[in-house]
Amino acid sequence: MNAIVKTAEAVLLLLAVVFLAMPAMAQERFEDPELRERFSELTRELRCPKCQNESIAESGAPISEDMRERVRRMMREGATDEEIRQAMVERFGSFVSYRPAFAPRTWALWIGPFVALVIGVGVVLVLVARNRARRQLDSTPLSDEERRRAEKWLRDE
Amino acid sequence: MNRIWLFLPLVLAVTLGVVLYWGLGEDPSELDSALVGRQVPSFDLPMLHDSKVSAGPAIFKGKVQLLNVWGTWCAACRVEHPQLNRLSEQGVPIVGLNYKDERGAALDWLEERGDPYSRVIYDPEGSLGFDLGVYGAPETYLIDAEGIVRHRHVGVVDQDVWESDFEPLYERYRKDG
Repeated sequence: MNAIVKTAEAVLLLLAVVFLAMPAMAQERFEDPELRERFSELTRELRCPKCQNESIAESGAPISEDMRERVRRMMREGATDEEIRQAMVERFGSFVSYRPAFAPRTWALWIGPFVALVIGVGVVLVLVARNRARRQLDSTPLSDEERRRAEKWLRDE
Repeated sequence: MNRIWLFLPLVLAVTLGVVLYWGLGEDPSELDSALVGRQVPSFDLPMLHDSKVSAGPAIFKGKVQLLNVWGTWCAACRVEHPQLNRLSEQGVPIVGLNYKDERGAALDWLEERGDPYSRVIYDPEGSLGFDLGVYGAPETYLIDAEGIVRHRHVGVVDQDVWESDFEPLYERYRKDG
């Protein structure tokens, strides 16, 4: 008897938990899997301004909740990803974008690695060319004049 | 071979060191406001003291003012409040933005601690806060007579912050206007 009551209690508790959680989940999710995918991608590339180094998809800060809500609303109103990103950057600055725009301020960020690569390749090429030139010099036979001078030095030693 | 090139790695390392060291002193939690140099975003919200009266961005025209974002749930606002009272006594006009709060609690707070605000905008949903890019209270904005945001500070404005960050700008824009 006691066991039955316990089981019933447990089932009720489980049901309560599931049903209480449902409104929150319904708010979180889009029915359409494509929209859901878009939402999750967008919120993963927007950064929480409060708890930095977390995306708004992960963060539990109130501001992230507000931002997710705004993303959801703009998506429902038919905004493109670009418009949504733009709206967030306009308010919270380029900081909130994990994918910074290609602007004068971020040129170094975008181009820097390629510049470093070009410099690195250049340095390697110069070193290789120089090494090759030196080796060629080593293997060139001495001219008669050079041989005479070398023999003279050896004699004098 | 040009020997001076041998120093290149040293120069690069020192430059990098200086840049990184300088970065260490920066507070990463203080972000540049995207709004600096731009108009206060448009809004239409009721006042805290009278829900029948509403206000828009026009209230920021005509004189240099501070905009202070606060809420009774915000512990740091408690710390900041006496400083706002002092500034108000010195004649600095401060507009309050009561952010994500309840009217009753907010009114009690002002009753209890003094009201440094020339007026208080009531924004329970945080809609103007969102457009301003508010990500934590308190936040304080310096807005010039044209309604353009000139400076934003996230966190408590104490006497040091006021003197170093706000006062020079406040005086400058007041002279311009």
